[in-house]
Amino acid sequence: MWFFSDEHLMLKDTVRQFALAELAPHIEKLDHEEGFNRAAFPKMGALGLLGITVAEADGGTGLGAVAATIAMEEMGAVDASTTLSYLAHSILCVNQIAANASPEIKNKYLPKLLSGEHVGGMGMSEPDAGSDALGMKTKAIKKENGYLLNGSKTWITNGPVGEVFYIYAKTGDKKTDVSTFIVERGMEGFSTGKKFSKMGMRASPTGELVFANCLIPAGNRVGEENGSVKMMMRNLDIERITIAGISLGCARACIEVATQYAKDRKQFGKPIGSFQQIQERLTEASAWYEACRALTYNAAKMWDLGLITDKQASMMAAKAKLQSAQMATQVGLDAIQILGGYGYTREFPVERCMRDAKLMEIGAGTNEILRTIIAKGMLGSDIVSGQ
Amino acid sequence: MNFEESPIQSELRNLTRKFAQKELLPIIEADERDARFRPEMVQKLGELGLTGIPVPEAYGGAGLGYQEYICALEELASVNTGYAISVAVTGLAQVILNLFGNEEQKNRYIPPLASGKAIGAFSLSEASSGSDAASLITSAKKTGDHYVINGTKLWTTQGDIADTILLMARTGQAGPQGISSFIIEKNTPGLTLGKIEKKMGCATSHTCELIFNQCKIPAKNLIGSEGNGFKVAMTALDSGRITIAAGAIGIGKAALEASLRHAREREQFGKPIGEFQGVSFMLADMATELSAAELMVQRAAWLKDNDQPYSQAAAMAKLYATDAAMRITTNAVQVLGGSGYTQDFPVERYMREAKVLQIVEGTNQIQRMIIGRALLAEMERKSL
Repeated sequence: MWFFSDEHLMLKDTVRQFALAELAPHIEKLDHEEGFNRAAFPKMGALGLLGITVAEADGGTGLGAVAATIAMEEMGAVDASTTLSYLAHSILCVNQIAANASPEIKNKYLPKLLSGEHVGGMGMSEPDAGSDALGMKTKAIKKENGYLLNGSKTWITNGPVGEVFYIYAKTGDKKTDVSTFIVERGMEGFSTGKKFSKMGMRASPTGELVFANCLIPAGNRVGEENGSVKMMMRNLDIERITIAGISLGCARACIEVATQYAKDRKQFGKPIGSFQQIQERLTEASAWYEACRALTYNAAKMWDLGLITDKQASMMAAKAKLQSAQMATQVGLDAIQILGGYGYTREFPVERCMRDAKLMEIGAGTNEILRTIIAKGMLGSDIVSGQ
Repeated sequence: MNFEESPIQSELRNLTRKFAQKELLPIIEADERDARFRPEMVQKLGELGLTGIPVPEAYGGAGLGYQEYICALEELASVNTGYAISVAVTGLAQVILNLFGNEEQKNRYIPPLASGKAIGAFSLSEASSGSDAASLITSAKKTGDHYVINGTKLWTTQGDIADTILLMARTGQAGPQGISSFIIEKNTPGLTLGKIEKKMGCATSHTCELIFNQCKIPAKNLIGSEGNGFKVAMTALDSGRITIAAGAIGIGKAALEASLRHAREREQFGKPIGEFQGVSFMLADMATELSAAELMVQRAAWLKDNDQPYSQAAAMAKLYATDAAMRITTNAVQVLGGSGYTQDFPVERYMREAKVLQIVEGTNQIQRMIIGRALLAEMERKSL
């Protein structure tokens, strides 16, 4: 993008080199076997990627949403799975601790999360509270020596592998009585349940977190009691902007592979790229990708400059993610089609990119929820029902 | 016009559904993961009379038409596309032999295929010859009363277990006129199995590379005469397209049913998600497209059964039904949300299976080419 700073361009190059060296060689196997590239995390830590949005005073890199989106796109073009785990770690967990937690919590948890020694995650969704996030039932009851946490979370990226989780729970009877707690692996009463087998993002472990009379020290509460809804929603916004970067990466990889294939593959005595049907798919893919890229980085830049806040930020983030996610799935499907039989095999990365891309239409707010958010902003809450 | 299913069609549908639910459903998730195909299932399908539906009773078939055939294929594909493709490919070998083979070939090869005791395959594509089938280079050279085959074939469905393989090879000049078709029996010396492709979906259906190295076959295994192989291949693809389109209908129905069930059962914001327009309109589009596709497939089958030109109708049905299946399955994953993305529910598998149908039996780009050319040729005829 024209507004990328020298620092952004350097970051882009660094992440690309990192992804090619550390992610590319492993992803086929990890995708097939549902593994996890744990070794990549300390390396990301050394490059300053894990605290990309965290202030330098807190040990971070002090960059913003544009930088994080660049990292997502560059990594996402190579290995969307590890990128998703990176997003859950850096944006959903680390960014939130840095932005909202007390100095004590930061001192206790940030160093190992920033170095990559620990992997982090966030817990919001529950079996009966997906799109309806505030319908969550996990409850934290205040006791003398802390909070007693009961309930379970599902669809938690890094759940099966992480050490530190940023957990939302009900602390009152009102729908908005939500508080946040830092839960560590090893705390009594905390366990990780089932790990999901998924269509894509298979090298990004997704699982359940189970709390059975799990006692959380009072000091591990983040922010005020019953005061988390605003922080939660604000985090969803930066999550949506940056996850759109993963969609951009998936799509870009597909466009690159399909373009090369359309040049190389000959049928009827000429490169298949000479046929207008192939040209149509390639050109539409490229145009849609560029449109989403402009939309997403514009949203990120506006976020960084503080030009969008609250409802405007939510709408902008929803628009960027809604378009980018749909674009990436369609571009993935078209890339497979251009490659034909080869595209359907695991010898080329496009089928994996498409399987990965589909998640972005579901995770971090389904297309349907994003449309509701945008509609609410346009028409007003009195007209648009739902959350 | 009669939109009612005949008693025999309903009977076939119910029979196949029962079989698929009882025998396939319990094993299919694990088998897809392990890329395992069970040849004994083909035998069981054969015992039920489902492996030779469109070939004459004289050769052990059921003597029915494509309108019946598609009912069975749909039901199989509703549970697993791999087995629907298997039956369709074994059926294709029979249909081709019945049309182009001599009496001796028909008597020898069709009955075992029709009864499910043997498995068929169809080998046309090569590494550099996919959509451009007429450019294939695998050669068959006549020496005395034999042909010697050399070359490598790709994308041969169940080439690893097939007893009877129909092979297209070059016996003469470049281009379509130089192609002939042959029957290759299992274990013929000089035929070896190359790699089995690792695919996005349809893992139960093995997609194989076949390597012919000085593979000697009797001259009597030539189907028809030298030079008519391209016609054989194109006829095969024409009828095959109806079967693939039927598979798309099966997957589409299964995906719609799973979506409807979820939309009714899953509650968010205090009501079933099917009550939100965002979801219910997706369901409405899925059902509408499915219904249109179904009629197109039935019409193509009807034309074929009534000996009318059906090639264009088959191409249109294949194009529309498989594109519809792709959209329907993609939206089924969307309706089920996070659950749909996991392998606890079958919709993500349907989506991965649907994709292959847009590629096989002529990519959908090739279908458009066929339809477009036919439309213009017809205009030309009319204006003369």
